[in-house]
Amino acid sequence: MLHIVNKSPLERNSLESCLRVAQSGAILLIEDGVLAATRGNAAAATLTEAASRLKIYALAPDLEARGMQDRVLEGVTTVDYGGFVDLVAEHKNCQSWL
Amino acid sequence: MATIEVNGKSYETDEEGYLIDLAQWNEEVGAYLATTESVEMTDQHWEVITFLRDYYNEFQIAPAVRVLTKAIGKKLGPEKGTSQYLYDLFPYGPAKQACKIAGLPKPTGCV
Amino acid sequence: MSEGVVKKFMFVNRKSPYGTVYALESLEVVLISAAFDQDVSLVFMDDGVYQLKKGQQTKGIENKNFSPTYRALDGYDIEKLYVEQESLDARGLTEDDLLVDVTVLSKADMGKLMDDMDVVLSF
Repeated sequence: MLHIVNKSPLERNSLESCLRVAQSGAILLIEDGVLAATRGNAAAATLTEAASRLKIYALAPDLEARGMQDRVLEGVTTVDYGGFVDLVAEHKNCQSWL
Repeated sequence: MATIEVNGKSYETDEEGYLIDLAQWNEEVGAYLATTESVEMTDQHWEVITFLRDYYNEFQIAPAVRVLTKAIGKKLGPEKGTSQYLYDLFPYGPAKQACKIAGLPKPTGCV
Repeated sequence: MSEGVVKKFMFVNRKSPYGTVYALESLEVVLISAAFDQDVSLVFMDDGVYQLKKGQQTKGIENKNFSPTYRALDGYDIEKLYVEQESLDARGLTEDDLLVDVTVLSKADMGKLMDDMDVVLSF
């Protein structure tokens, strides 16, 4: 399953809820959700921990917009909009943690 | 939405005549927009237009008149940094008329 | 517009840019409010500190990059910009990551500053 998170981890509990239940598959961070995948963010440790069981992606244009493209956590793969579409197509279903 | 024709090319403007895409601006378009405002362009007018475009490129906004006046005084000399000077050049409001001729959007909080 | 009472206004910015429209809306209200010659302070805390992050490039998301406009605030005589230290820390950011000069305050000093205001506007 593909989990999509678009909220900042320090503003909403969307990522927390997602990580609590997601066992396998992939997480795609978009919009303010990408902030979780940046070094020094308070949510970075939980995300790194989750990377052992889930593949983590972050949308590059959203990182660039926030000036955070050069501090992406290790273990996180950045994708462009084409990659976003591929991820949705590759997975049999998808949950957006709005 | 409306369009203007300059040298056989058409440009989109909003209903008040402000250019939609400031990247399309050039001096001919500026000169045409000046005629729609009945402003006769001189070097002093163009100096203000260039200043406004530089300001927009740096800060991504059209300045309020008070801010424009102060910044012009700093850059082009105190004798030009007065609202009298700018209103002589652009009688219907330097922010409104000069911004339009410079191809910028209407200033935020323009009154 | 210079006559009348000058009040202490504070704009509290707590949202990341682009994800919601709060940051841009706040900036526009701040620019308009500059015409009223009041004593204006801007606060950036929680995700609001991301508004001031250097190096924003918005071509990819096809949004207007309004971060350069924070550097115009000085010309609007808006010079009191405050950032909460704890908010920077929780995001791995330092003062050097910010595109304008700010005063960094501890959470306690931020609270005191807020107490001192006449009007507080939240974004």
